[in-house]
Amino acid sequence: MKQYIIRRILISFVVLFGVSIMLYTLVRLMPSDFVDLATANDMHITEEHKQKLRELYGIDKGIIEGYVSWLGGALQGDLGMSLYFKKPVSELIVKYMPVTFAVAAISLVLQYAIAVPLGILAARKQYTKTDYAITVLTFIGISLPIFFFAVVLRTVFSEWLRILPSSGMLTARATYNGFTFAKLMDYLWHLAMPITCFVLTSVGGILRYTRTNMLEVLNMDYIRTARAKGVPENKVIHKHAFRNTLIPLVTMIGGSLPGLFSGAAITEGLFALEGLGNMALTASYNSDVPYLMGFNMFLAVMTLLGTLLSDILYAVVDPRVRYS
Amino acid sequence: MDNKINNPANVLEVHNLKKYFPIKSGVFQRVVGHVKAVDDVSFSIKKGQTFGLVGESGCGKTTIGRTILRLAEPTAGKAIIDGVDIFAIKDKDELRLMRKKMQIIFQDPYSSLNPRIPVGEIIGEAVREHSIVSKQDYNDYILKTMEECGLRPYYRGRYPHEFSGGQRQRICIARALALKPDLIVADEPVSALDVSIQAQIINLLKDLQEARGISYLFISHDLSVVEYISDYIGVMYLGNLVETAPKEELFKHPCHPYTKALLSAVPVPNPDSKMNRVILKGDIPSPANPPSGCKFHTRCKYVMDICKTDQPALLDYGNEHFIACHLYKDGKLDKDLDAEEAEE
Repeated sequence: MKQYIIRRILISFVVLFGVSIMLYTLVRLMPSDFVDLATANDMHITEEHKQKLRELYGIDKGIIEGYVSWLGGALQGDLGMSLYFKKPVSELIVKYMPVTFAVAAISLVLQYAIAVPLGILAARKQYTKTDYAITVLTFIGISLPIFFFAVVLRTVFSEWLRILPSSGMLTARATYNGFTFAKLMDYLWHLAMPITCFVLTSVGGILRYTRTNMLEVLNMDYIRTARAKGVPENKVIHKHAFRNTLIPLVTMIGGSLPGLFSGAAITEGLFALEGLGNMALTASYNSDVPYLMGFNMFLAVMTLLGTLLSDILYAVVDPRVRYS
Repeated sequence: MDNKINNPANVLEVHNLKKYFPIKSGVFQRVVGHVKAVDDVSFSIKKGQTFGLVGESGCGKTTIGRTILRLAEPTAGKAIIDGVDIFAIKDKDELRLMRKKMQIIFQDPYSSLNPRIPVGEIIGEAVREHSIVSKQDYNDYILKTMEECGLRPYYRGRYPHEFSGGQRQRICIARALALKPDLIVADEPVSALDVSIQAQIINLLKDLQEARGISYLFISHDLSVVEYISDYIGVMYLGNLVETAPKEELFKHPCHPYTKALLSAVPVPNPDSKMNRVILKGDIPSPANPPSGCKFHTRCKYVMDICKTDQPALLDYGNEHFIACHLYKDGKLDKDLDAEEAEE
């Protein structure tokens, strides 16, 4: 197991190297660079002046040369300055990650907490009214576009009922000394609607997945064996059936690790949250090469860690899987 | 009606068991018909003996096994074990307690063992659930049961995927045996195994029967296996029992034309032996739309007019030999059909 993990990590470095080359090339292939975009409204700028700015920002060199200098910096832990946000990229990621992560983590926990029990229930009551009711709600969740749903929520809770703030993360002009309980509540009050959006739109998929896998397990002979030997029904479900359903679910949880950090550009934008997803969108609009590189490489690392994690968890929950 | 077993020598009596599966169709899933998987079957199993149930696939053998254990709900009928009608039990906990009296061994030892539960727990879980032995004796009891079934003590912490098919079937047997059941339903327990392993498993089942006096309902399509292990044999065709008799009687005097065809199909390990195969023409009809009268009349070469309209009852012809066929209505059992045909 130890050897397996070391081997996987070594392979990951090779993968990351390849990913960085592809990313850098793609980002630099965008038709207009940061200087073009930043000076687009300046009528008096000369081509000479623009070239000077490019040198200043370090985007005057070709793709290969640029990549080598980016890689040199990155290997020493320096991801460079964001062109648009005017701050070091690593500082930006560290600063905005906690909120993005908190929102996504709370949503993820809620998604599974809602989807898994309902999925099991739907499977146990297959083709009954309960199952059909859950299925209908699921499909509403899956098919509602998040931007539409967000607007509906905001209209109801902010404009009609006036119980939740329409956007932002903290009450304007409120001051807190350090991170107090009051500040936490203020955060949660603001984040209630975005989190609801995240949860309701993705519960459906996990629920269907749980239901399908549970149904498959429930039709196995060993479930029939468990019933035949007189194991109480709730033990049949939780000990015999659910533990086997857990195997595919675990792989899915590992796969959602990068999603915890990437944020969600659209929802963050709609609710004016300072999250990494919305920032990445702004950076793309402005050809902010260092920020895009730093952010996407961070996600690549998380993706690789997520798959490694789910492979390890796989061995933990399934005795048939052994790595060497 | 009372639930007394008619004959105290019987461990299980099944009366008029029916199991229909509804066929649903259309937008609103209306019931448009029924698959009559088991259609009015009665039989009994004597204590310490084996009742072999044979028939081609789809004839309802497995459904009988499962409904007796209430793994599938019966449509009608009675199954009496130990003075209790299993089919009449409504309360789930009461049914759960009855389960220790009857156990089942499935055909596929690969899917019938939970991959996430170690062998010791597979065998022991229900022992604790039903408090078969005291807590102090639990460990010894599990090891003793495993040993009886030819499993080594250190297998206890292993998972099912670490075993071969034959060993897995031993685990299944140990699991069933651990509950000290009166009856074990063996649903094609050796069909998925190698021929060499089949003999080991069958012998294990026989030894256990001798040692413990268990009864088996042995379901199989393999007549040579059934002949070896059974005391009584029931032949099924399309949801009905067509003939039941003690083993020797059935093999010596097969009477129902279907039984004759079935027996003539058993391969004989002698290349020189000339045998008269009775070849059945056509496929087994659909149990959703069975033929009228005797269900076998579409494939029977002795078919008469009465066969197409009246369903023959399973009647006693002496020597515990029961036949459902119009040919023997006049009570002549020794009628040699083939000789008669040759004369014509």
